[in-house]
Amino acid sequence: MSRTLLTIIDYGMGNLHSVAKALEHVAPNTQIEVTSDKNRIAEADHILLPGVGAIRDCMAEIRRQGVDTVVAEAVNSGKPFLGICVGMQALMAHSHENDGVDCLGYFDGEVRRFSTTATDERGLALKVPHMGWNTVDLQIDHPLLQGIHSGDRFYFVHSYYVETHPEYTAANCTYDATFAAMIYRDNIFATQFHPEKSFPAGLTLLKNFVDWDGRR
Amino acid sequence: MALAKRIIPCLDVDKGRVVKGVNFVNIRDAGDPVEVARRYNEQGADEITMLDITATHEGRDTMVETVSAIAGQVFIPLTVGGGIRTLDDIRTMLNAGADKVSINSAAVFNPEFVKQASDRFGAQCIVVAIDAKRVDDHWEIFTHGGRKPTGIDAVEWAQKMEALGAGEILLTSMDRDGVKTGFDLGLTKAVADAIRIPVIASGGVGNLDHLADGVLEGHADAVLAASIFHFGEYSIAEAKDVMTGRGIEMRR
Repeated sequence: MSRTLLTIIDYGMGNLHSVAKALEHVAPNTQIEVTSDKNRIAEADHILLPGVGAIRDCMAEIRRQGVDTVVAEAVNSGKPFLGICVGMQALMAHSHENDGVDCLGYFDGEVRRFSTTATDERGLALKVPHMGWNTVDLQIDHPLLQGIHSGDRFYFVHSYYVETHPEYTAANCTYDATFAAMIYRDNIFATQFHPEKSFPAGLTLLKNFVDWDGRR
Repeated sequence: MALAKRIIPCLDVDKGRVVKGVNFVNIRDAGDPVEVARRYNEQGADEITMLDITATHEGRDTMVETVSAIAGQVFIPLTVGGGIRTLDDIRTMLNAGADKVSINSAAVFNPEFVKQASDRFGAQCIVVAIDAKRVDDHWEIFTHGGRKPTGIDAVEWAQKMEALGAGEILLTSMDRDGVKTGFDLGLTKAVADAIRIPVIASGGVGNLDHLADGVLEGHADAVLAASIFHFGEYSIAEAKDVMTGRGIEMRR
């Protein structure tokens, strides 16, 4: 039996090696490929959309390189699709970053900036980016959440957060605002945190993704 | 439940080996960096920072291999610093598997480099390292391992680095580094209260209460230490016990 193929979409935004290495670690029998080749992505069994940096630059590259079409094909194919960090934010309708950027629109909702005036329980300024290990509060059962529990910590690093409807929210996280830490819809799942950097719970999620058939 | 404060063990690496200098002299060997990083990951370290203190070109290639080996086995954030001077240096380290790079002297020589790096790779992976020493009633930036004064005020410098796009500040007291009498809490608090990006306190940890002091009195978001962990004096878990006991939110 040939090995299944997981492609990580490379559109020039950021470091894709960490996520590739984490996937190789949890799924030694899956072929992990970082690629911008549309044919390879179309052949893949699982597709991952990463992303770091500013949303304007990410969306510009997504459109310039035709990644929007690739994502549309992947989503319509019913194949398991995972977005990470800015790769999650890109799936929303709109982001307020960079004076407002329209995104791919797979989820109704908006990407907003954390407050620059909020304080913590000691009255100290809440730092932005939201950087470090925070807990998640699970809202649903989902194949990607097997073995993961409310209260588990994941590694976040972001200044903008997703605000969406409860029907899309798989888990919440709270910083100055309560925001969507994970969202889902049909064969799409996405995380604001970096599962590849969130040992051990994040690796459980990646393993679940590799094992997922795209259905609830 | 809230965002946890972070414990970051720091590996000073020279020619592929972990060492720890006391005031940058008296180097002691602490082992293979890959093994050390794995041990910290298993013990529950929240991130790992690795500083390349080798000056030579060959040492640099060794460092890239070391970063790559660690990134294949350690799945928590990894910061790499030491000799990061160009956008190519940053790309090389990120491609090897680092999640963030720490920029030190290059920022002092050319502050615009921080902006270029942040614009290109994102603020989330740009840490600016500040080495500061007390001079009269304030703190100044020093380069060349603490030997060369610049006359720049540390607090103003941190604000400038934030404005140029740094995602985080790694703040080391050169007066305390290796001395084990605790962080310079005045310096830490002055910088942490003046900026809205996270501050990692560094330099001077001799016991576990010093780590908690860095957060509670110094207002640090993360604490970095080397020798107390490398030589088995304390484990990461013991450090988290002490910090939790003093009311600090930690990842357990």
